[in-house]
Amino acid sequence: MSLLGNLSLDAIPFHEPIIMITLAVVGLAGIAIAVAITVYRKWGVLWRDWLTSVDHKRLGVMYIVLALIMLIRGFSDAIMMRTQLALATNGAEGYLPPEHYDQIFTAHGVIMIMFMAMPFMIGLMNIALPLQIGARDVAFPFLNNLSFWLSAGGAVLINLSLGLGEFAKTGWLAYPPLSELSFSPGVGVDYYIWALQISGIGTLLTGVNFLVTVFKMRAPGMKLMQMPIFTWTCTWANILIVASFPILTAVLGLLTLDRYLNFHFFTNAAGGNAMMYINLFWAWGHPEVYILILPAFGIFSEVISTFTGKRLFGYNSMVWASGAISILGFIVWLHHFFTMGSSANVNAFFGIMTMIIAVPTGVKLFNWLFTMYRGRLRMTVPVLWTLGFMVTFTIGGMTGVLLAVPGADYVLHNSLFLIAHFHNTIIGGAVFGYLAGFAYWFPKAMGFHLNERLGKASFWCWQVGFYVAFMPLYVLGFLGMTRRLNHTDNPDWNIWLYIACAGAVIILVGIVLQFVQLYIAFRQREQNPDTTGDPWNGHTLEWSTASPPQFYNFAELPRVRDIDAFTDMKEQGIAYQRPASYAPIHMPKNTPSGILIAGAITTFGFAAIWHIGWLAVAGLVASVVFFLLRAYSNDVDYYVQPNEIERTESAYLKQVGVAPLKQEPEEVPA
Amino acid sequence: MLVRSLRKAALAAAVFALAGCQGGVLDPKGQVGVDEKYLIIISTLLMLLVVIPVIVMTLYFAWKYREGRDHEIYAPKWAHSGKIETIIWLVPVAIIAILGAITWRSTHALDPYKPLAHKREPLTVQVVSLNWKWLFIYPEQGVASVNELVFPTDVPVQFKITSESTMNSFFIPQLGSQIYSMAGMETRLNLIANEPGSYEGFSANYSGAGFSDMQFEAVATDEAGFEKWVASLKRESPALTSERYSELAKPSENHPVEHFGRVSDGLFHGIIHKYMQNYNDWNQGPAHASPEHSASEHAAALSGAEKPEEA
Repeated sequence: MSLLGNLSLDAIPFHEPIIMITLAVVGLAGIAIAVAITVYRKWGVLWRDWLTSVDHKRLGVMYIVLALIMLIRGFSDAIMMRTQLALATNGAEGYLPPEHYDQIFTAHGVIMIMFMAMPFMIGLMNIALPLQIGARDVAFPFLNNLSFWLSAGGAVLINLSLGLGEFAKTGWLAYPPLSELSFSPGVGVDYYIWALQISGIGTLLTGVNFLVTVFKMRAPGMKLMQMPIFTWTCTWANILIVASFPILTAVLGLLTLDRYLNFHFFTNAAGGNAMMYINLFWAWGHPEVYILILPAFGIFSEVISTFTGKRLFGYNSMVWASGAISILGFIVWLHHFFTMGSSANVNAFFGIMTMIIAVPTGVKLFNWLFTMYRGRLRMTVPVLWTLGFMVTFTIGGMTGVLLAVPGADYVLHNSLFLIAHFHNTIIGGAVFGYLAGFAYWFPKAMGFHLNERLGKASFWCWQVGFYVAFMPLYVLGFLGMTRRLNHTDNPDWNIWLYIACAGAVIILVGIVLQFVQLYIAFRQREQNPDTTGDPWNGHTLEWSTASPPQFYNFAELPRVRDIDAFTDMKEQGIAYQRPASYAPIHMPKNTPSGILIAGAITTFGFAAIWHIGWLAVAGLVASVVFFLLRAYSNDVDYYVQPNEIERTESAYLKQVGVAPLKQEPEEVPA
Repeated sequence: MLVRSLRKAALAAAVFALAGCQGGVLDPKGQVGVDEKYLIIISTLLMLLVVIPVIVMTLYFAWKYREGRDHEIYAPKWAHSGKIETIIWLVPVAIIAILGAITWRSTHALDPYKPLAHKREPLTVQVVSLNWKWLFIYPEQGVASVNELVFPTDVPVQFKITSESTMNSFFIPQLGSQIYSMAGMETRLNLIANEPGSYEGFSANYSGAGFSDMQFEAVATDEAGFEKWVASLKRESPALTSERYSELAKPSENHPVEHFGRVSDGLFHGIIHKYMQNYNDWNQGPAHASPEHSASEHAAALSGAEKPEEA
């Protein structure tokens, strides 16, 4: 075997002009960014304060940067598919042959779920959750950094597949036997396996980390049933992560054995059973969609409650509805393959279980409605996203319940009706939620405001674009169009395919406006600072810190007596209080270990994809060595001294406008 | 009661809203498809009972309680009401209970494996998905065709389905249900056409590069037409031998319609058995059960024990 395994210059798709132009643009953008960083002398800052940071707030920002970059990639795939289908009607071939098109729809699915939605969700959780429970960081800050870099490593692999070799041509589910060596001999499925495997392990570690954080690190006085609702929905999502991601790890591991060591778990030959893969995949895949949506539900709850200036209606109902959704979400996976020949009893059971999820979800919608009831709703950007969600998601929920009826699924399965349904819930639910959360916590995380007008314009483009792009797909599903077609030849479908393409362009404008908004906000950051730390008159503890929060979050851990802990403090007049003295704060040190370990594992993944034996061994050994170095290092923490805390807090309180308090002498212990 | 009145409403709405639909699942031409269409309509109407109020209330509350309307009552601490919470749990529970009952009954009634209740004996067609075309074997008639499915109207058709390669889904939208085709396994589907015509059929599960053109014509003729078609195949078309089949199994895209006047015995079972566990053992020893018996056992074990026996 050669030194580079199967890798050679042939792996670069020189004959594909679309890919080569994309690579050129990405390359130029990369060079431009590198030059800018060099010119502004930011390499040191980038490395010391960001890439090696174990601060949950910075990791949260980096997760969202990753998500936004991958959103561009995933959406480029989407608009290429829509234009292909708008062009390839009446028997025309379009501009994307199956060879390329099949990679695009696979990449679109994998990227949007695993590398856009997941990092976005985890990013928001990183930024807000520890602050909401009054903690100084997550339970395992270094692990948090490692999780991020494992996710980023997976993203690097999937992007490498664009210029080196190919990506899977299997659909994002990679169903065998199609994904087995006999039908997919190229490196595409191997890219798929290692990108998902590596980022999946990162996600699993995140789930563990945040569960421990929530159970062990809540501020004094905060009972479980006093946790902010976003924290609760994240907790349910993390329980799902911990329960379901090991299944993904295992099923990908089995497929790896099939492809690398000639095993026969899912092959056609030698007693393999592809149904087992499908079964296991969805045992992860279905909980995964609730992992995406539950934190979004939490965001909507926070937004509605904050901007109506009211307590959340039916907090207990909300907590238990989320719990019911996450438990039920684990026993419905079979509805993804009603058409695989299960008996009527089995199909009916899973169908009914699935529609039962509509009950707690419906309860949540009513709770949001009654939170608005007798409130004073401020029409801010996060509220627009929330209202858009409540209307749009209700429709998506309805079509989902329809698909849960096996008799209906027998004709709608795999049709564009299904595609419309899950985009309706994932865009109209999860993505709208993340964008609401983005607008809601942006001033908290960055210390300055977004541009309200551009934010609203972006919302309307997304909202209108969504309906124009996806309602036609419902119609096409009824007209009998199935998913993953490369070209069509049915005059009745054409008009709907054209409309859907126009919708995708409107969404594109929404995405562009989102980035323009970011750029303008960054340019005008000096003019629009958030000096208060509490721009929305918030209810929960994250708003009791500065914007961006002090790196140690809380100089003194808050005492919690109410669900709306910060509102309670403001009403009692004990917010913004200066304690008599500050105690030293125990903090973790930044470390390059995460980036090194994840880098070595990613290298291993890359070597495995191309069968470069020595590099695989080197990557694996390096990751273990880096891990041991970290494990045996004692230089991992330090104490922030009271005088530094004093300085930071004084600056913050002065900004907020709180005069230094006169301390009662007898209350000060020695 | 509710179901019956809903059914009336469904009919009215259907006539009104779907008059323009041509082709596809809302323009069914067989009993299975018709039942599924009404199931879709009834379920949708039932859900709209709660979906429409939620959407209307969302917009109304957002408008009524917007900032600046200070004459509206403002109750910032009001966050619980036993009465409201009971209602908002009970309303979805009631709707899902009705829908659940409909689901239980319809799922059993529409079980793709269940032979259709009909005075006529069903016609059996063995279906094999190949990369990327469909092979239809008529065991009773001893003929076969590629990418063309001809069958008599008003006679139930029982499809026995397997795959030579990747997974596909056998689907004729205007006749109703679909079912996956998988190598080494036999799945079943019972359909009927109640109107003569030519309906589009295709694979509804992505299976690789040639998937988009993996289509076939499903032609429902009168009985005489079907007999004539079979006779012409027998008269004019070559035999589907195992050599010819190996040729056919090679990947091809946009495959033209092909006819075969004779089919070697046991071809379909041979295709299934090729991919079944310990296939080589079976080939070597006569001590094992006959392939036919094992095949149905294997299929039954995978698809649930209480499958109705073959009629």
